[in-house]
Amino acid sequence: MTRALSRAGAVLRSHLVLAVLGVVVIVAVLTAVGDFRAVQLTQMAYLGIAAGGLTVLTGLNGQISLGHGALMAVGAYTTALLLQDDEPMLPLLGVLVAATLVTLVVGAAIGVAAARLHGPYLAGATLALAVAVPGIALYFGDTLGGEQGLRVRVPDAPDWVLDLAFFVTGQDLTPSKYVAYLGWFTLVVAYVGLANLSRSRVGRRWRAVRDDEVAAEVAGIGLGRARVSAFVVSAAAAGAAGFVMAVSVRLAAPSGFSLTLSLTLLTAVVLGGLGTLTGALAGAALLTFLPDVITDAGVSAGLDDIRAAELAPLLYGLVMVAVILLAPSGLVGSLRTAWHRLGHTTSKGEPS
Amino acid sequence: MEEPAGFTMRDVTVTFGGLTALSEVSLTARPRQVLGVIGPNGAGKTTLFNVACGFVTPDSGALTWRGRQLQRLRPHDLAGLGIARTLQGLGLFDRMTVLDNVLVGADHIGRAGFWSGLLGAPRATRDEARLRERALAALDELGVAAYADRSPASLPYALRKKVSLARALVAEPALLLLDEPASGLSDEEMADLGERLRGLTDRMAVMLVEHHMDLVMSVCDDLVVLDFGRVIATGSPADVRDDPAVRAAYLGEAVEAEPSRGKGA
Repeated sequence: MTRALSRAGAVLRSHLVLAVLGVVVIVAVLTAVGDFRAVQLTQMAYLGIAAGGLTVLTGLNGQISLGHGALMAVGAYTTALLLQDDEPMLPLLGVLVAATLVTLVVGAAIGVAAARLHGPYLAGATLALAVAVPGIALYFGDTLGGEQGLRVRVPDAPDWVLDLAFFVTGQDLTPSKYVAYLGWFTLVVAYVGLANLSRSRVGRRWRAVRDDEVAAEVAGIGLGRARVSAFVVSAAAAGAAGFVMAVSVRLAAPSGFSLTLSLTLLTAVVLGGLGTLTGALAGAALLTFLPDVITDAGVSAGLDDIRAAELAPLLYGLVMVAVILLAPSGLVGSLRTAWHRLGHTTSKGEPS
Repeated sequence: MEEPAGFTMRDVTVTFGGLTALSEVSLTARPRQVLGVIGPNGAGKTTLFNVACGFVTPDSGALTWRGRQLQRLRPHDLAGLGIARTLQGLGLFDRMTVLDNVLVGADHIGRAGFWSGLLGAPRATRDEARLRERALAALDELGVAAYADRSPASLPYALRKKVSLARALVAEPALLLLDEPASGLSDEEMADLGERLRGLTDRMAVMLVEHHMDLVMSVCDDLVVLDFGRVIATGSPADVRDDPAVRAAYLGEAVEAEPSRGKGA
């Protein structure tokens, strides 16, 4: 009894320890970098949050979604609608919760439909979602701003945040960094929640349904409920990511939530390795920072700017195909396998 | 009519298109007993098992468990009523550890819900520890606790079968339904399985669908013999063995060979 208890406790503690470590690293990094990098890091945060939710859905529950960009749009538009006035009715944290909840409800509706679909049909249905949602913004142009989208007025950081930031980092907090902190704290909270869930009974049900539906049913797990709950959790993460994105780019517009965004998220998840949150974060980092490197390399190799900018998507496509063919468990999974081959034993394939 | 305390099927008929898979089949699995369902290939054993599991809804007839009607329930509802099942294909979750596989079998007796899981609340931690304890005990009882952290895919077939049985037993069911539990086992492993099944009868009712005569004859208290979807004989293994209809339909040679190897019930 004590052994099992201390083991379960150790898992929880390790999530919290990781979270605290993460916060320390975040503060250190954001103190060291300038505003430009802070904006990039915010992008990494929102891609990471959405990819984290997607990796739970796809990696742990076996459902594919090509529509998570559209779910981010729901979160972003909710944020934008709540942040239209100079005096918003909700504090920023309240807006985050609202964006998450609204997306969660939308995700539940989609999840109920998705629970009846499999493989290519589910991919097709969520693809339709990704294509349709920008259209909704155009159709309800009066409320949602049409092609131009909605401006997001981000309130200034409260004084206590400014004071705290100055006390900890010794610098004044710029608006970009304020948003970066918001994004990364959201990510830490989301990841702790997702990691807790993955290791809990709920996550075990998701994995059981993924591995063998009939056996899961026989064990007493309702397939529909398990699938819908995975979709809802995943959607909630996408909603939170949409909030961070809207606050960061200060705009919610249809062009930001094209099919490309959904595919980008899927790329992040596959690159990093399905089902691991570290993989999702690594994938988000690659997708955020690699394009600049590749584009620069293209320019220095003599390509003009436009062609150089097209190098990155091309390379993603190639790398994704290569990863699927050569390293199906993704970068993180392959590193783990290599680690084990070097003589280190036991890991349980749980997300970390 | 008063229903017996155990699991009953009454006049169950199942047709697929024009084909009658089961025709007015009745049987009773009583507490503390092992009921065997036997029959040649195509006799309807698998259909009967699927009906018992809730995967196939009968065209007519009734299923009851402890006096409660079952035929409107969905397959996953049965676990909560104390009915556990093992599948012929085992259905192990190959990307999960052996321990997690068994924990899935204990899922419906878990108490911690979604929110405590999300927050990693102490309640979830305690509940998880309790389930782990039970899962390890179930594995230990079958002598496979040493493989708790392994993937079931890495284990030999006989051990995989034990993991699947541990998953069925972990929640202390009152009725255990087994589909072809002896398939793929050596004589020695089968004898071991037979003893274990006998050992379960102080805790639960057992119903097994099986074509392996040695196991059925040595383990079962009662037999139901199916042929072409109909019950052609019922009774103790000794009665069934001597039944002329059974000999004609199915047992024939198996009965001739059986006394030299059988251990008797």
